[in-house]
Amino acid sequence: MRYIQALKIAIRSILSNKLRSFLTMLGIIIGVTAVIALVSIGQGSTRSVTSQIQSMGSNLIMVTIMGRGAESSLSYEKAMDLKDPNYIAAVSPVISTTVTAKYGNNSVNSTTVNGVNGDYQSIRDIQVATGRFILPMDDEGRNQIAVLGHNVAMELFGFTDPLGKTIKLNGQNFTVVGVLASKGSSISGSDDDSIFIPLKTMFYFAKNRDIRQIYIEATSPDTVELAKNVINSKLLKIFKGDTNAFRIMDQSQILSTVNSVTATLSLLLGGIAGISLLVGGIGIMNIMLVSVTERTREIGIRKALGAKKKDILLQFIIESLTLSGLGGILGIIIGYVLSMVLGTAMNIDAHPTLSTVLLSFSFSVIVGLFFGVYPANKAANLNPIEALRYE
Amino acid sequence: MSNILIKIRNLTKIYKMGENEVRALDGINLDIQEGEFVSIVGQSGSGKTTLMNIIGCLDVKTFGEYFLNGIDTSKLSDNQLADLRCREIGFVFQNFNLLQKMTALENVELPMIYKGVPTKERRERAELLLEMVGLKDRMNHRPNELSGGQQQRVAIARALANNPHIILADEPTGNLDSKSGSEIMKIIKELNEKGNTVVLITHDPNIAAQTKRIVRIKDGRILENEVVTP
Repeated sequence: MRYIQALKIAIRSILSNKLRSFLTMLGIIIGVTAVIALVSIGQGSTRSVTSQIQSMGSNLIMVTIMGRGAESSLSYEKAMDLKDPNYIAAVSPVISTTVTAKYGNNSVNSTTVNGVNGDYQSIRDIQVATGRFILPMDDEGRNQIAVLGHNVAMELFGFTDPLGKTIKLNGQNFTVVGVLASKGSSISGSDDDSIFIPLKTMFYFAKNRDIRQIYIEATSPDTVELAKNVINSKLLKIFKGDTNAFRIMDQSQILSTVNSVTATLSLLLGGIAGISLLVGGIGIMNIMLVSVTERTREIGIRKALGAKKKDILLQFIIESLTLSGLGGILGIIIGYVLSMVLGTAMNIDAHPTLSTVLLSFSFSVIVGLFFGVYPANKAANLNPIEALRYE
Repeated sequence: MSNILIKIRNLTKIYKMGENEVRALDGINLDIQEGEFVSIVGQSGSGKTTLMNIIGCLDVKTFGEYFLNGIDTSKLSDNQLADLRCREIGFVFQNFNLLQKMTALENVELPMIYKGVPTKERRERAELLLEMVGLKDRMNHRPNELSGGQQQRVAIARALANNPHIILADEPTGNLDSKSGSEIMKIIKELNEKGNTVVLITHDPNIAAQTKRIVRIKDGRILENEVVTP
């Protein structure tokens, strides 16, 4: 009863000063909008990065060799020896180099060429658009063949069919046998800009047999840990117990690293947006103080007619809560629309979660309460005689 | 003339203005009985407004005793004083003191809101009171759409809202032309004839002459306490 009355009075007072009320709410509106949009975009990009990492394959294990003393790499045989019949399905060492690719008058500078074996396709889950990927026999025969990433193929050939054509990589002839499907950019760089050739061909092409990067596929997601243990013990033996000589990473580790980075980023963005909410709250306090001064006489009349301290307190607190709550609701609507629009523009799913909406709304209400108490208290403690005399 | 409604004994009010003490009221003794029509008359600065504020429970005394309807006001908290104002006292001010953003009807409802009267009952009583002061067709007008006399009638209706024991009128005709002023005085006299206790504060001898008892006050003391013979 009493609360409904106070709410009616608050709404009437807000409506009687529309422009001022709107400007006061604007601080809260901008704050809530910023919190929702920034947190949603943060969460959306986290989700998109996560799904990119997950699309790398949940069985994937990456081994990087840093080396120990003079022994800075593995030989091909030792790398292939990591294979384990129980837990590991496939192993593909990778040697990369940078070349200039040419077809006729078209050329692409500093393109990455990866030497990989036939298992690489299944390990990295590579999709071929036309032709085929590297086969084990290409590797064994050290064939001068190449598979092109989507962008490389477009730049060299335009709309001509590249299959069967001969390109020059640093002057050596390679026959194009396949083109990869476009994957879009990912955090681990894009295959779209790469060229793949057989690993053993790479040994001679790059005059390099040192393996520093190995992609390994575990037999199932459940055996990833066991496979890592096997790899770890084999590498420890090779590098004589030096754990710093190599690094074994799987998808979940990459995920947790990336997640901790994006979580920090989201928190930072949310924090900055939260500051604007706080500033909005100070705006509410400012206007409420002005309002109390302006309505000193009204407060005096109400007190003379029998309003208790808590009646006046309630009236002004509800007024500031209404301002901040209304601002919060408008902010949620604008923030929702903004994050959907930005999400579409950035090609991520920036759908605000319920918890984000609830959190920012309750924060705005708390801000209203916190900054409303002081002016309301000031109003409630006015001396009725002085308030009545106030002009 | 039975029940003593207001009993004031040796009432003193001292204001501190810097280092000087100002005795606004200095040993007032006054009894007002139920159903009386009393005017408190004095020049400005005589202390009559201070006396009214204390009778109206808006202010508290420095020394002395003030019993309102048997209740010792010196023992009450701010909230209890507010409650007492709400139930026992109806104010009529010189400058009306209506809330400008509310209609006449809502203004009359206001004291009942603070008393906790249910919405329907509140509305009905407010309508009845406005009808009584002759504003039946002006109920939904705001104060700035009403004349001074009409505004004061709204204020009288508001003063009666909680059926208080005392109507406390501070220069009720001070801001009105003589015609509206005499209309307001007529309403106040009628209220007294119906049994309401009315305390009227004024500096105007002509107004005071229309009441049944005149209390003259000067420099914070009661100068004279005369019964008007009609």
